[in-house]
Amino acid sequence: MPRRFALKDIYSENRLFLSRIVIIFIVILLLVSALIARLIYLQITGHEYYASQAHNNRIKISSLPPTRGIIYDRYGKVLADNIPSYSLELTPELIPDITETLTRLKHLLNLPEETLTQFKKQLTRHRSFDGIPLLLKMNDTTVARFAVVRHQFPGVDIHARLIRHYPYGKIAAHLVGYVGRINETELKTLSATRYKGTHSIGKTGIEKTYEGQLHGKPGHAEVETNAQLRPIRVIKSAAPIPGENLHLTLDIELQNIAYQAFKNHNGAAVAIEVATGDVLSMLSHPGFDPNPFSSGISTKAYNALQQSDRKPLFDRALRGQYPPGSTLKPFMGLAGLQYALTQINTPLFCPGYYQLPNVSHRYRDWKTWGHGFVTLNDAIVQSCDVYFYDLARTLGIDRIHHFLSQFGFGQKTGIDLIGEKSGILPSRNWKRQHKNLPWYPGETLITGIGQGFMQTTPLQLAVATATLANQGISIRPHLIKPAKASQPKPITEKVNIDPAYVSDIINSMINVVHTPKGTAYKLSQNINYKIAGKTGTAQVFTVKQKEKYDAEKLKEKLLDHALFIAFAPANAPKIAVAVIVENGGHGGTAAAPIAKKIITQYLNKTSHND
Amino acid sequence: MINETRPEHFQNNSAIGRFLSRIHLDSLLLAGLILLSLLSCLILYSTSGQHLETLLRQTTRIAIAFFIMLFIAQIPPNQIKRYAVNLYIIGILLLLAVLIIGEMGKGAQRWLDLGFFRFQPSEMIKITTPAAIAWYFSEHALPPRWKELFIALLLIAIPTFLIAKQPDLGTALLIASSGAAVFFFAGISWRIMLSSLGGLIALTPVLWHFMHDYQRARVITFLNPESDPIGRGYHIIQSKIAIGSGGLYGKGWLESTQAKLDFLPERSTDFIFAVFAEEFGLLGCVSLLFLYLLITLRSLYIAVNAQDTFCRLLAGSLSFTFFVYVFVNIGMVIGILPVVGVPLPLISYGGTSMVTLLIGFGILMSIHTHKNLLSH
Repeated sequence: MPRRFALKDIYSENRLFLSRIVIIFIVILLLVSALIARLIYLQITGHEYYASQAHNNRIKISSLPPTRGIIYDRYGKVLADNIPSYSLELTPELIPDITETLTRLKHLLNLPEETLTQFKKQLTRHRSFDGIPLLLKMNDTTVARFAVVRHQFPGVDIHARLIRHYPYGKIAAHLVGYVGRINETELKTLSATRYKGTHSIGKTGIEKTYEGQLHGKPGHAEVETNAQLRPIRVIKSAAPIPGENLHLTLDIELQNIAYQAFKNHNGAAVAIEVATGDVLSMLSHPGFDPNPFSSGISTKAYNALQQSDRKPLFDRALRGQYPPGSTLKPFMGLAGLQYALTQINTPLFCPGYYQLPNVSHRYRDWKTWGHGFVTLNDAIVQSCDVYFYDLARTLGIDRIHHFLSQFGFGQKTGIDLIGEKSGILPSRNWKRQHKNLPWYPGETLITGIGQGFMQTTPLQLAVATATLANQGISIRPHLIKPAKASQPKPITEKVNIDPAYVSDIINSMINVVHTPKGTAYKLSQNINYKIAGKTGTAQVFTVKQKEKYDAEKLKEKLLDHALFIAFAPANAPKIAVAVIVENGGHGGTAAAPIAKKIITQYLNKTSHND
Repeated sequence: MINETRPEHFQNNSAIGRFLSRIHLDSLLLAGLILLSLLSCLILYSTSGQHLETLLRQTTRIAIAFFIMLFIAQIPPNQIKRYAVNLYIIGILLLLAVLIIGEMGKGAQRWLDLGFFRFQPSEMIKITTPAAIAWYFSEHALPPRWKELFIALLLIAIPTFLIAKQPDLGTALLIASSGAAVFFFAGISWRIMLSSLGGLIALTPVLWHFMHDYQRARVITFLNPESDPIGRGYHIIQSKIAIGSGGLYGKGWLESTQAKLDFLPERSTDFIFAVFAEEFGLLGCVSLLFLYLLITLRSLYIAVNAQDTFCRLLAGSLSFTFFVYVFVNIGMVIGILPVVGVPLPLISYGGTSMVTLLIGFGILMSIHTHKNLLSH
């Protein structure tokens, strides 16, 4: 015998194995008996019950999708609701030949090829006994045309469904967002049960951010049908639980005023209620009509939006990043006061340029011949660059970075919208990480006038302005009133500044609008309240390489971005506004009037209400 | 001399029996398998709405699978034993490949696309895992000691974990049970078996934690189908109606109303037994179960008469696993087990599982018909 088998006891192994086989045999017999017992229970004991369900009547379980929550503005105006619409749905299992049916439908209803391709994609994602919509929105002609030949199309049916409707269309399209067909990636993460019978989902804006609240919970009905599958009666049903209605802080009238004020310009405007952090208006111009998205937008229409030069789909208020330009100066001035490097009346001579020691490069002021002797107040009112070059140099980039970050620059504001950009507040660290270069002193100077690397979103700028107006108390902006939604209370933080310095800066900002030398003096005409504001101009240097050369357009594109930040009434601020007009030229002429319209509308409305 | 003690010589005295034995097929098993395949065609014709093309496709698959079985039966068991470990390792590597580059199918990565056909490594693992463990035990004295148990346990745990990650919990559990069957036949003590069973039950909450949402949903639906009547519970409710309405004698071939009126989902694949029960009634079901029982018993008989430890353990595991498939599928369709997506052996529409099963039967036949070639 080989060595290996020496350890083996073949006889006892055999006996052990045989005993195990016998045990398994008994187990198998027991299990088979269990199956037979269950079959007897179903087929003999329960036969009559099941036979009656199967033979005369048949039970079909259908899902009842929930109604999506309605979105209101702060005064109860409807921003998004659901309107009835006819959809054409196919149940693959009941259709003898899908390809042939689709071809016939295509000819009958003049469907574009694209609708069919989209449908075929949907086909693989659904179970064959579920209805899949081919058309989400049918007009009366299509309904009529199909209705007469319905009998030729087994498994194809017209259904009444609710589709999303946005009464204000493009005015608040970015903010409210839109719903669209559930796509493949979304399908993977969605709960199949919660979305049974639902074909669309929030894609952007509030619709996406608050999808969880808006969607609701589906119900179901067990329906008895006859042999022809016509419903006879409902046996059991659980009503769907509709989605929560949302009340936004947005004032759609104010939003409309802002929208109209932009005329043909591209840009963004954000208005915030100073005391609460309520976002009153948040506009990105131009807008787009969100309604086609909910009924299934065609690729052609979508591409047109996508490829448009004016980028209407881009949410400039939330995601647009612009240099703040001179609108940064009040914050820089505050930093100078807080670090005791200057006082509101400390003078400096402005020759029209600034030079670093031992460097020949001249940092220019926008006024080539200079402002002469200016105080900090004058520098804000007349927007003197040289004063702030000097201040920035004495502050140094580290202190600038620390102080400005308290106002939220370079960070997301944390607004309840998905997709916010954080802007850039440069620092030594930032430059090393992103450019792999050390910080140069000259860069501190241009940061001091809001140029260079620095970038802010219009929302960020509005929040910083509101923080300033609110004596340094920064409130996280929001679109849903925190008390009403299951949201945490607005997060507030206090910037460490002396109230006396804040009122110095606010006074200078009032002077910007209300003294003849101010860069936004024109605004002071025909108003019965005081505005504190600051203009800004952000340089646009280059035309992107990919864009086509077009002399007319190029001219406009080389124009500077115009900015304006403001709050009012200046002595007891209620509303803070930031406006950016792309290629608008000067902030005082292009952006400030829009801000004024928003503020006036708001103050008139609230004073009537009081 | 040994040949004279072989019992099949008393059975295989007909000309056909002798011929089959010469080409290494077992007449009883073959008869049972052919009968099942015929039943498969019969029911598929009904569930497909009398679609001849479906029937033709299934017949082709059956023919291919039987040829593969014939081929496997020619390989002597000692060859199978020799390559068991290598095949096991290849299987594991393929599983890893599926996890890494596998393409998505039904939200789960299970397939390896080889261009001309799609290969499911977990099917291969169904055979190589018990084979590798049987090889390992056969190299050591039985009953196994702690160290051997631990290593064998590892041999089960690796493929089970990888397949559960795909995620295909049903198959993972079946593979674990095919490995566990080898343990059982190898004669580990009751004390160890019971305590590890207790350990597994204690581990359930941990397992629950690692489950995918859809797997949890299946368990919940199993415990309470009413909780999700539009989703997971729909299968069970409709399948119970189909089975119950069949009664004692059934509605007759091609007379299934539930299947015809599209109430029963997956009626050609995982839920085919419901249609069978509706059309052929309790009598048909019991007959089918007896056919399965017969095949299982014949396989166990082959295991008892196998010549060495490896063959015995492998044959025992393959026989038992075959029965487990039957039990899990029918148990799921009649609502006493969770919906785990296991086809009914040799009846459900689809080729992959049929090939795997017939490879298993090919091995059984090889074990049974190659004894005289071995030298003692």
